[in-house]
Parts: sequence; C-alpha cells; structure tokens
Amino acid sequence: MTTVAHTHDTTDSPFALSHLDSLESEAVHIFREVAGEFERPVILFSGGKDSIVMLHLALKAFAPAPVPFTLLHVDTGHNFPEVIVYRDRVVAQHGLRLHVASVQEYIDAGKLRERPDGTRNPLQTVPLTEAIQQHRFDAVFGGGRRDEEKARAKERVFSLRDEFSQWDPRRQRPELWQLYNGRHAPGEHVRVFPLSNWTELDVWQYIQREKIELPEIYFAHEREVFARNGMWLTAGEWGGPKETETVEKRLIRYRTVGDMSCTGAVDSDATTLDAVIAEIAASRLTERGATRADDKLSEAAMEDRKREGYF
Amino acid sequence: MSTSTEQLSDQLAATTLLRFATAGSVDDGKSTLVGRLLHDSKSVLADQLEAVEHASRSRGQEAPDLALLTDGLRAEREQGITIDVAYRYFATPRRRFILADTPGHVQYTRNMVTGASTAELAVVLVDARNGVVEQTRRHAAVAALLRVPHVVLAVNKMDLVDYQESVFAAIAEEFTTYASELGVPEITAIPISALAGDNVVEPSANMDWYGGPTVLEHLETVPVSHDLTACHARFPVQYVIRPQTAEHPDYRGYAGQIAAGAFRVGEEITVLPSGKKSKIAAIDALGESVDIAWAPQSVTIRLADDIDISRGDLLAPSADAPATSQDVEATVCHVADQPLAVGQRVLLKHTTRTVKAIVKDIPSRLTLDDLSQHPNPGQLVANDIGRVVVRTAEPLALDAYADSRRTGSFLLIDPADGTTLAAGMAGESFATSKAVAAVDEEEGWDF
Repeated sequence: MTTVAHTHDTTDSPFALSHLDSLESEAVHIFREVAGEFERPVILFSGGKDSIVMLHLALKAFAPAPVPFTLLHVDTGHNFPEVIVYRDRVVAQHGLRLHVASVQEYIDAGKLRERPDGTRNPLQTVPLTEAIQQHRFDAVFGGGRRDEEKARAKERVFSLRDEFSQWDPRRQRPELWQLYNGRHAPGEHVRVFPLSNWTELDVWQYIQREKIELPEIYFAHEREVFARNGMWLTAGEWGGPKETETVEKRLIRYRTVGDMSCTGAVDSDATTLDAVIAEIAASRLTERGATRADDKLSEAAMEDRKREGYF
Repeated sequence: MSTSTEQLSDQLAATTLLRFATAGSVDDGKSTLVGRLLHDSKSVLADQLEAVEHASRSRGQEAPDLALLTDGLRAEREQGITIDVAYRYFATPRRRFILADTPGHVQYTRNMVTGASTAELAVVLVDARNGVVEQTRRHAAVAALLRVPHVVLAVNKMDLVDYQESVFAAIAEEFTTYASELGVPEITAIPISALAGDNVVEPSANMDWYGGPTVLEHLETVPVSHDLTACHARFPVQYVIRPQTAEHPDYRGYAGQIAAGAFRVGEEITVLPSGKKSKIAAIDALGESVDIAWAPQSVTIRLADDIDISRGDLLAPSADAPATSQDVEATVCHVADQPLAVGQRVLLKHTTRTVKAIVKDIPSRLTLDDLSQHPNPGQLVANDIGRVVVRTAEPLALDAYADSRRTGSFLLIDPADGTTLAAGMAGESFATSKAVAAVDEEEGWDF
C-alpha cells in the first residue's frame, strides 16, 4: 500500500500532487463525466500520440471494467502503414469497437474532390460530421490541446457543436470550476477535450511514466524524404515528390502523426523516449510549427477549420 | 540546442502545478506582463515569436506586440481586443503554470469569474500613476467572492513614478485594507515595471528599498495545497463501475474525483441524500490500491456493504456529513445574454447532480465597484452579481462556498436550450470580519 506516492515538491505540503498526477486526475474526471451524462460517446482515434494517451486514460478511468466508448478513425487514405498496424493491434488487444470514416471513399464516390495541393486534412470534416450524424454520437472526444495553437487556446473542455459540427467561438458557454455543462439538443453534439490543459512535454512525460507503447515513426529512423515548404515529407503514392523535388535518405522522426501529405518529419537521432523528451524540451519550435504545413497557410487557418467542424 | 543539460534535467523534474488568473485592462500593462512572464521564462518558441513579429509588421507596428500571443481569434485580432479567456502554459524548473488570462473590458465580470473559479492565485494589476481605481476594487471583489486563496497586487509602471517607495506603499496599503475587509486571506504587493522587466522575473536594480520576491518567484513558491485532513471530506459519485465479467463478477466501485479533504480505508461514510451508512473497504487510485486519498485525486471507492448508490450521490465521513436542503441561498454571477428572473424554472447543477429548481427570489443586486446593494432588482442580466433564493425539486448536500469551493458551487442552466445562465456560490458572499478573525484562521480555505 502506498500512502505518499504523490509528493514531489519539498516546498509544498505532502498533499500536493505532481503536475502529471493533477493532469491525469482532471482528464479521468472528464471521461467519467461524459460516461455519466451521455448516451453514445466516441473517442477520435488516429493512432497519434495524443489519441493514444486519451485511450490510456479512458482505460484507467473505468478499470477493471472495459472502456464504455467506441473509437472512430477518420482515415485520410494517406496513412503511415506503421500507424494502421498499431491501431489494429490496440483495438484487438483491448476488445474495442472501431468505426472508420474514409476520406478515400468520399473521393471515389465523387462526394469530395481532391485539393490541388494533395492535402487531405481539410477534407476530413465532412466524413467526420457525417459519421457523427449517422451513428448519432452525442459526445466526441478529441485529443486537442490548448497549447497547440492559439485558436485552440480559446476552446472549452466541453465544446457544443450544431448539427453541422460548426464551432462558434463567440457563443461558447463559460466554463466554471469543474462543472461541465453538456446539455445539447437532438442532432447537436459536444466535442470533449480531456487533454486541454496538457502540453506536448506533459504528454511525452506521461507516456514515459506510464510506459505506453507508440508507433515506431515517433522514434528516429532512416526514411526516404523530400523537402517541401521547409519540412521533410515522406515520399509516397499520395502525390510527392514532384519533378523538381529530390528524394534523399535521412535520419528523421515524426513529432506529430497526421495525413502524410502535410505532416513533416524532423531531423532527429532520438531513438528512445528519454532522447525524445530531451529533444522536445530543448526545441525552439512548437510541434505544429515544426511539422504541420496546413497551419502555415494563414494566421487563422486552425480557427477556420475548427469553425467548419474540424477536430 | 542552447539549453544546458542541467537546465534540462531541472525542467524535466516532477513539479507541482499552479493555476492562476490575471486581471487588469490593456492600459494597466497586463498583456506586457503576461508576455514578459512567457518570454522571460522562455516559453515563447521561435515560430510563435516569428508569427507575432510577422503579424505586428503587417499591422504597421515596429516592435512585436506580445498581446498577439494571447489573442487567438480572428475577431480579436481584427478589433485589437481580447474577447475571451485565453489559457497559457509555461514552466520553470520549480513549477508548471496554467494561466487564465482574462480580458479587462469586454464581458469583464463573466470572464474574470470564469478565470478565477479554478485559480489558486489571482494577479491584479494597477497603474502606479493611477493607484486603486474603480476597476481595481471590482477585481478585488471578484477574487474575494470566488475565494481565490492568494492575491498578488502588481503595482505596474513604477518607472513612470521614478520608482518611489512612497507611491507603492500608499497603493499597497489602500488595496490591502480593502481586500482584507472583503476577506481575501493573503495579499502580496509587488512593485514592478512590466515594460522594463523590474521585479517580474529578475529583481529590480531600481528599487533596492523592496526586499520581497519578484512576481515569478512568488508564483513559484506560493503553497498550492495545505493540510487536507483538516477539511471536510467530500466525494461526489460520478459513475458506478460494475464490470460483471468472469474475472470480476462482483466488483462494484464508485468512481469520482475527491472534491475536498481526504478519505481513508476503514472510515465510516454516509451517503447523501439517502443517509445510508457504510465503511470504505478499498480505494483504487487509478490502478494502485491505497489506504488514503485526497483532493483532487480521481479514485474508485469500494464499500463494505452493497447499498444503492448512483451518480449524483455524495459520500462524506459520517462524523462530518453536510446537511441536505431544498432551499439554496447564494450569490450568483449571471453569465448569459438572456436574463434570470424571479419565478423562472431552471436546472441546478451541483457536483455530479442536476436537479430541477425555481428562482424564488432575487433579494438584491450588488455593484462591484463600491459593493452597494440594490434591493429587489426583479431580474439579473449579463455580468450582474446578485443574491438569489432557489428552491430545488430534490434535496442537495450543498456546503457553504466559503468552506468548500468545489461542493459549494453550482450552475443554473436554462432547461430549454441548455445555456449556462449563472454561476452560484452558496452561503454568504464575502467573509465577514467575524469569520476572518477566528474560524478561517485555523481551517483555511478549501480549494
């Protein structure tokens, strides 16, 4: 039996929680609130580190019972194969139910058109919204963090969306104490962000503390890449490289996992969690600044996507 | 990679978390203070700074406008004002910080109440040239009303009053007297110049008469918790965990986040509002079996007896269980555009319990600038603070907000469209001078 396992800071009383314990407790509280108040919650699961941490927290929140939520993967069709292998293994391991909303199917059916730049991130909104409507999901967990981006810094933990999934930042409910208001009309849903108060470093430190397994692409490996818009993209069938772009083999790793066409890799020799954490702590770039082409489009790129129903 | 290995290992050491809020208007230099805290603690990364520099240039400004770091929405940048509470994250080797940056002029009461509700510390800014003004008193009142345990008065722009000790001392005394009367338990006044950097992160070379901490030193060392065994222990049940699997056929656990105090295995508890009693058989702290757990840990409690308990019930030590009541007297801050009127039917959300309720009376409205009472206003509109009397359809185990922020607070919700109408705090609005004297001294505020 442990009684004082959570003390770390000598200036505080023995009752002070470490920052990771505080954040974990808050996230677990959020998962349990949703389980208590909603009929059909779903976790958005991409196989990226934030969604992996979300799933880990949900498993802890309801143990020894199974997680009372299904998973939804909005699949852009430009996947890293390692991530899909990881996704399917985790789903099988925990006996979870996975829904997949496929951007490729929408394109094949003529309901969505490929963008000239080949980027499929903005195309995810329609399949996501239709999957929410079709399955009548009323609470949708996302791994978004407020430290990621300045429009996200204004996002609530419980964020009400209309039947078109739209976000209206000027009409958000004030969020007081730990009293989350999830009331919504039929057809509306609530996006829930249990990692709102986590930073990138918190996520990595938590992964290390909890010994959570990640897809290999988060660690340094050799890969054929080419430069576009100042970042390294993986060569592949999705539309790269163009004729003027040259492919080279580099030692890289991914800081974020998303659509292959707009998720950049960083030069790195970090092959272990310790090395990754040291690298992030010393980095002078944010993870989106270093790795996301779609956020470089304009000052309000994320706000605009979010208003339309993006994650 | 400019960070030294030593700094790095410091930053990676396990630390505590402080949630704090800043209040003040653009004119007081709040954005500059926040920008300096973030910048001087090296929490602004190169690409963020580059984006701010680019945006500042495109607006014709020469120096990077650090306010653009926190103004995240298109409308905010277009209008040059902050509309909504922005949350910022930074860390030093000693602590992690979550900063609720609350705008000073638009929806100020709503935003500051929101930011202060989860804060353990509030920074109130004043301009040294103007001293304590109406807005300062309003900010002190919100901090006192929300029972924020620590308040920092940052007397800014000391460079513009020649760093005179007498100017600072007069403002500090006036503010401390006012805030103490409202029941703020701890006030720390710091003379600063956010623009020049005096006493924000680095000690000032211009004010050797000041021997106290800088703003950051104070944020790093202020206690974030106290002896929780002295508080009323409260556990709202969020969810009942019943696996009903071959491996765990009989497991029945009550999942929740401890709202106040500490719980021990073997302790006799009472379930409210039913009044049934049992003993704590086990506490599961997210995969680890413990014999004591405390706020704000999320745990699962198992009891010795199989009794009927569901979401919305509250567990408390039998020796210290709260009374239940259907009549709530409280101070509310009205946060919605639609008004709250006498006779209105609402939903009341308290901890994990939501019940029907009716507004029986609105005896007074409070003006925060001078704390004057306006009797029988009939209704409250956006950003009003008032006293309300509410009758609930079912009994609630509500504490006085002064005793427990978590179990003394509630929301009033419009049943028709789900809008959050008002934020409520049960019991007296401000600590009375009598309460400050003896009782609070010993128990402290629970948060």
